Amino acid sequence: MATKWDEKVKKVKEDIYQVAKEGCMNVPVKIFASEKLLEKIKTDDSIQQGVNMACMPGIQKQSIMMSDAHQGYGFPVGGVAAFDLENGCISPGGIGFDINCGVRLLTTNLTKKEVEGKIKELINTLFDNVPSGVGSEATIRLSDEDYEEVLNHGLDWCLKEGYATKEDIDHCEENGHMKTADASKISPRAKKRGRGQLGTLGAGNHFLEIQFVEEIFNDEVAKSFGLEKDNVVVLIHTGSRGLGHQTCSDYLKKIEDEYSEIVDKLPEKDLAYAPMNSQLGKDYLGAMSAAANYGWCNRQLITHFTRKSFENVFGENIKLNLVYDVAHNIAKLEEYEIDGKKKEVLVHRKGATRSFGPGHKEIPGVYRGIGQPIFIPGSMGTSSWVLVGTDKAMNETFSSAPHGAGRMMSRHEANKRFTTEGTIRDLEKHKIYVKAASTRGITEEAPGAYKDVDEVIEIADTVGIGKKVARLKPMGVVKG
Amino acid sequence: MKYKYLEHTADAKFQAFGSGIDEVFTNSALAMFNILGKTSEVKIKKTYKIKLKARNYERLLLDFLEELLFLLDTEDFFLHEVIKIKISKKFELEAVVVGDDYKNYDLKSDIKAVTYSDMKIEKTKKGYAATVVVDI
Repeated sequence: MATKWDEKVKKVKEDIYQVAKEGCMNVPVKIFASEKLLEKIKTDDSIQQGVNMACMPGIQKQSIMMSDAHQGYGFPVGGVAAFDLENGCISPGGIGFDINCGVRLLTTNLTKKEVEGKIKELINTLFDNVPSGVGSEATIRLSDEDYEEVLNHGLDWCLKEGYATKEDIDHCEENGHMKTADASKISPRAKKRGRGQLGTLGAGNHFLEIQFVEEIFNDEVAKSFGLEKDNVVVLIHTGSRGLGHQTCSDYLKKIEDEYSEIVDKLPEKDLAYAPMNSQLGKDYLGAMSAAANYGWCNRQLITHFTRKSFENVFGENIKLNLVYDVAHNIAKLEEYEIDGKKKEVLVHRKGATRSFGPGHKEIPGVYRGIGQPIFIPGSMGTSSWVLVGTDKAMNETFSSAPHGAGRMMSRHEANKRFTTEGTIRDLEKHKIYVKAASTRGITEEAPGAYKDVDEVIEIADTVGIGKKVARLKPMGVVKG
Repeated sequence: MKYKYLEHTADAKFQAFGSGIDEVFTNSALAMFNILGKTSEVKIKKTYKIKLKARNYERLLLDFLEELLFLLDTEDFFLHEVIKIKISKKFELEAVVVGDDYKNYDLKSDIKAVTYSDMKIEKTKKGYAATVVVDI
């Protein structure tokens, strides 16, 4: 199908395409995709959104789109942009409504064989212990002081309360604690919305999956990450729930009120940004960071419930170790070499995973020699991937890799095309047991509604922004 | 027709209609909740009053729908109907909404936020039409 982008998108080299700088663009747009995925990306407004990113003040080097890119709000999902701290900006829509939506992976000392016969019991136990579904309610009650600590100190609170181990904290991006967090910048409304939701999975595309290591592509790195063929692992995908959503909405409005002359001229209002050196810009960095801390605590509490569930089913000698925890909707202060000089910039990753290569100081000691673990979940019931961060990503993509399969079919279309029974039956054919808070939500997340995650991974590997380590195959899913 | 759903790859998009602005707001609320469940099946057990003011109709609609999501998350409220709504030319809104605890029904998804993306309120031959995208 011919699109308006056919002329403008030019191939640079294998799996890398570019839209040259023109008009209001401060930098070119670079798209990391195969020809096939590029054709899909061209069919919605995502490339226009990539161009809109390129027009934002203080953007550095290039506006970046991953192979799993699709249309979002303001930025495309799968969009990465770094901004200068003096004349650049911070954009809530460049991070996403679900602040610190992310993924963590736990290893177990169980094999596929040991779990197979008990998968239903395990999934049902997890389903009972991990609240999921629309507006799911937490089983943990927070005092006002606790809540402030969650927001300001993230996983440090979980450690204090016995929900996390020291090792968990060592194996989490930012150690689960953004130092830029300021709970006082989060509105009472956002706090109220998130209060009863800490330690809940939510709904939509969020899930908890029991998987096994199906294939290993790099023995040495897999070993360092604690991954062995046929061993069972747990993947948890969720974010900062209503607290994050409300924080993003609150600041989009604050920016509209304070910078209406800028916002009214933007091609879409969700692109609203505040200058990085303004009070409002600093406030959003504080609020966004606090919401990110909430996101890490959320995944940590779910980890705690998961450990309890495994103990219930398999006894007390079961050990679940956190491999790592990565955020894929976030903005971070990071250092890069730009025009030959080292410079701190604010990297927005909206549906993109950080990919720090070997030697980076932010990576936990045990992985520092090899690069950070990257987890890329497939859609419900399809393979997920473990990759390792690279030096090449630092130069090409501000240390970013893709984050998932990316939708290609609307929920509306998926509901028309798939049935709940048919989807469950298909998954069972592949020996995957699903338990969902809402059976009606299953069709919307049917594997057929998503792009092929394996192709997304091949591109990352070929381009070198994330190298393949292992492929994980699901055995059971708890879905919101 | 009160509303219709439009194609959107990742999320949900709808267009709501009405002879006046009030009706467009009411039908937008119904369209949003019917993404999650069936408003017609929801009993009347809870009542909330909503009072808002904004700088234009688009922002007022965004605030109104967000207020309903806030009630969903904090009061477990699922909409059956907007029984009263009054919107002034100064963009002030007063509404009364009725519904029930969502836990009594099978809801299929979560709405994270109401977005500004593609949002518009237009004058049509028969009245008004609003276009809204919500993030799921």
